[in-house]
Amino acid sequence: MSTDILMPALSPTMEEGILAKWFIKAGDTVRSGDVIAEIETDKATMEVEAVDEGVVEAILVPEGTEEVKVNTPIARLSGGETKPVVVPTVPVIATPVVTVSPAMLAPAPLETATDRGGRIFASPLARRIADQKGLDLSSIRGTGPHGRIIKSDVETAIPGAPKVTEQPRPAPVAVPVLPMAPRQAQSLAQMGIADGSYDLVPLDGMRKTVARRMTDSFRDVPHFPLTIDLNIDGLLAARAKVNGILEAQGIKVSVNDLVIKAAAVALKQVPEANASYSPEGIALHHHADIAMAVAVEGGLITPIIRSAELKGLAQIATEAKDLAVRARSKKLKPEEFQGGTFSISNLGMFGIKAFASIINEPQGAILSVGAGEKRAIVVGDQLAIATMMTVTLTCDHRVVDGAVGARWLQAFKVLIEDPITMIV
Amino acid sequence: MDFDVIVIGSGPGGYVTAIRASQLGFKTAIVERELLGGICLNWGCIPTKALLKSAEVYEQLGHLGDYGLKVEGASFDFDAVVKRSRGVSTQLNAGVAFLMKKHKIEVIEGYATLEKGTAAPKVVVALKAGGSRSLTAKHVILATGARARTLPAIGLVPDGERIWTYREALVPKAAPKSLLVIGSGAIGIEFASFYCALGSDVTVIESLPRILPVEDEEVSKAAQKAFEKRGLTFRVSATVKSLRATKTGVSLDLDTAGKTETLSADVAIVAVGIVGNVEDMGLEALGVQIERTHIVTDGHGATGVPGLYAIGDVAGPPWLAHKASHEGVHCIEHIAGLPSSNLTAPIPGCTYSTPQVASIGLTEAQAKEEGIEIKVGRFPFRSNGKAIASGETEGFVKTVFDAKTGALIGAHMIGAEVTEMIQGYALAMTLEATEAELHATVYPHPTMSEAMHESALDAFGKVLHI
Repeated sequence: MSTDILMPALSPTMEEGILAKWFIKAGDTVRSGDVIAEIETDKATMEVEAVDEGVVEAILVPEGTEEVKVNTPIARLSGGETKPVVVPTVPVIATPVVTVSPAMLAPAPLETATDRGGRIFASPLARRIADQKGLDLSSIRGTGPHGRIIKSDVETAIPGAPKVTEQPRPAPVAVPVLPMAPRQAQSLAQMGIADGSYDLVPLDGMRKTVARRMTDSFRDVPHFPLTIDLNIDGLLAARAKVNGILEAQGIKVSVNDLVIKAAAVALKQVPEANASYSPEGIALHHHADIAMAVAVEGGLITPIIRSAELKGLAQIATEAKDLAVRARSKKLKPEEFQGGTFSISNLGMFGIKAFASIINEPQGAILSVGAGEKRAIVVGDQLAIATMMTVTLTCDHRVVDGAVGARWLQAFKVLIEDPITMIV
Repeated sequence: MDFDVIVIGSGPGGYVTAIRASQLGFKTAIVERELLGGICLNWGCIPTKALLKSAEVYEQLGHLGDYGLKVEGASFDFDAVVKRSRGVSTQLNAGVAFLMKKHKIEVIEGYATLEKGTAAPKVVVALKAGGSRSLTAKHVILATGARARTLPAIGLVPDGERIWTYREALVPKAAPKSLLVIGSGAIGIEFASFYCALGSDVTVIESLPRILPVEDEEVSKAAQKAFEKRGLTFRVSATVKSLRATKTGVSLDLDTAGKTETLSADVAIVAVGIVGNVEDMGLEALGVQIERTHIVTDGHGATGVPGLYAIGDVAGPPWLAHKASHEGVHCIEHIAGLPSSNLTAPIPGCTYSTPQVASIGLTEAQAKEEGIEIKVGRFPFRSNGKAIASGETEGFVKTVFDAKTGALIGAHMIGAEVTEMIQGYALAMTLEATEAELHATVYPHPTMSEAMHESALDAFGKVLHI
């Protein structure tokens, strides 16, 4: 008897992933607990262990296949049999090969129901409506069970991605731009950029996630920025002092670590700002779980310092460093980057003076931290020199109103400018 | 937190939700004020089916000659019929208790009220055994069900003796000689069917122009004819002005097209709809939105009060056990963050009279109202081989298709065992089948279900056996 190994869900929200690497091949004997494959999701790369034992009968999804849906059979084990294993010779096509003329080139849709052996899973009614509307099922995202395309998917689909006809026309034909077509459904050729004048980098999981989450947030969350200047001379002095104390332990506290701590304490002082909007009500979070944006190759990720308001600077510095290192090597566990209550993005190291980040849903606010720089300021009636840093709080107006955001910034300013208040 | 999930009410909505919650790893408790299994199992779906089976078998005895059989002196023991029905409920009630134990769900017997809490409202249970328990949970799911609607202004309120609701009608001391059934929905028709079969003189009163008003018009018509053949009397488009108990029975003033008349009988059954159990639980103080008599929820059962959900009858129509179970499972899976199960699946409805009635989706009239261009198929059981062999030729299968897409959008059946067959169409509709799949499916011969195939064929001019 043979057992199928299914594409595992590495997090509760994972729907698909990239089968990055196989550590087994047909004929290998696998024991429960053996690492058999490496799966890459939009946020992390994880190793998969075998649950069942047996001899690998076949690898069903080849290495490097993208958009492998959760629960798709990816390999087949024969239950502990020792006789020679016959590998099926039927080629398994994980990504359907479709002939598309260059003019039809359109960015791949986020998800399609085509990933299981090339068959498109769609209800009979969805197929018929798609046919009547001239829609290409392979360009439609299925929302039914296991990603099956159902009637409502087809009814809401816009004929943006042209249908691939059975007999492709020899010459590229200009595709009419439909007035209702969403921007991303237009090809670059349609927008006047000639083919061959660029290299096309395929969208990986992370890029798709960034694109989707940022588009959704910027479009759907009513957001506004609040900007304030902070004098960080006191903070820098405090940092020097703290680092002197921690030197022996080999810990170095960065300005960013102090910003994390101050933000967490400010959230405790103004709990209304530590909130998430949901249709069921406003969630007021008990702890300040601070997500810090970390640039990684090909995108960014936001690992989380949990309950940062309760943690000392040394601990925050250690955790932040560890999370950043593992984020860059894509070794974070899902629970380490999912579910923060407030985000901080710092572009100060690039000399950026001020910027306004996009809300990281469902968090109620995100703080954008600019560069610390010496500026001329007015003290009393005198010009003076001080190290100043500009920060901008982007607020989700559904939960953080202007006055709440302003009060939070006030609290934050006091904490940054007089760091000793952080330990009160 | 005492629990992850507390379910209030152990009817088919509540206890199924609790089982699923436990399967999903939630520490779960269920609160029940009366009997595990709720109305469905103790005072509704199940005991009525037991009574109706007795009635059906007894009715068959009257037709034994049709089958070349002979029984002399057929009669019934009314008390034994009722006793059997109660026994069935008791057995299933114990079954639910077993299921709760198996899934490690704590059963708390008592009456629950809600108070303001942090993550979710606090549940305070006045225990049946005395005293009270105050419990906290992350999620509280209301599955408190519904009860018979009463209209005291015109006397439509049970007096426990001559004016009954379904509850009294399930445990009668004796079969009334004459009976007025007010309301011709599924509940009214089932009791009318039962008492008629056991010899009562039954009149059913319906304020709308036809009986079983939610069914397709053709089904209503056929049902009325079939029931009248069995001795039931109907008054349609008839409004009850007042009902009162007299010394010997009940007296009812009826207004039919402006003409008033007075009907009298031994007993009246009030079956004029049901209302949600939303009172005396502290819902108002929590700010739960209540519309008429049901709790307003979003697509996943959330009430808007953090941590508080409502499913089943108390969350609104259709008031059906299977809808409650389905909603409950959806609700708890949504809480667990699982991909949502399909809540747009059509919900079948069944009436277990003789003959039975079953339907799903849109009636022909509803489809037309929605402006859908339709194709309608019909197939009578009298043209079905198995039906003829079984002597069950009454009734038909009607199907409604969207002419443009071929989607099956409604099915309406009347006849023997149609309640067991409707799930075929339910599956087809949930899978979004078109006529092509229904035509391509192979139906076993000889079965009554072949009529389902033929009806779908008929809608597209391809019927074979007519």
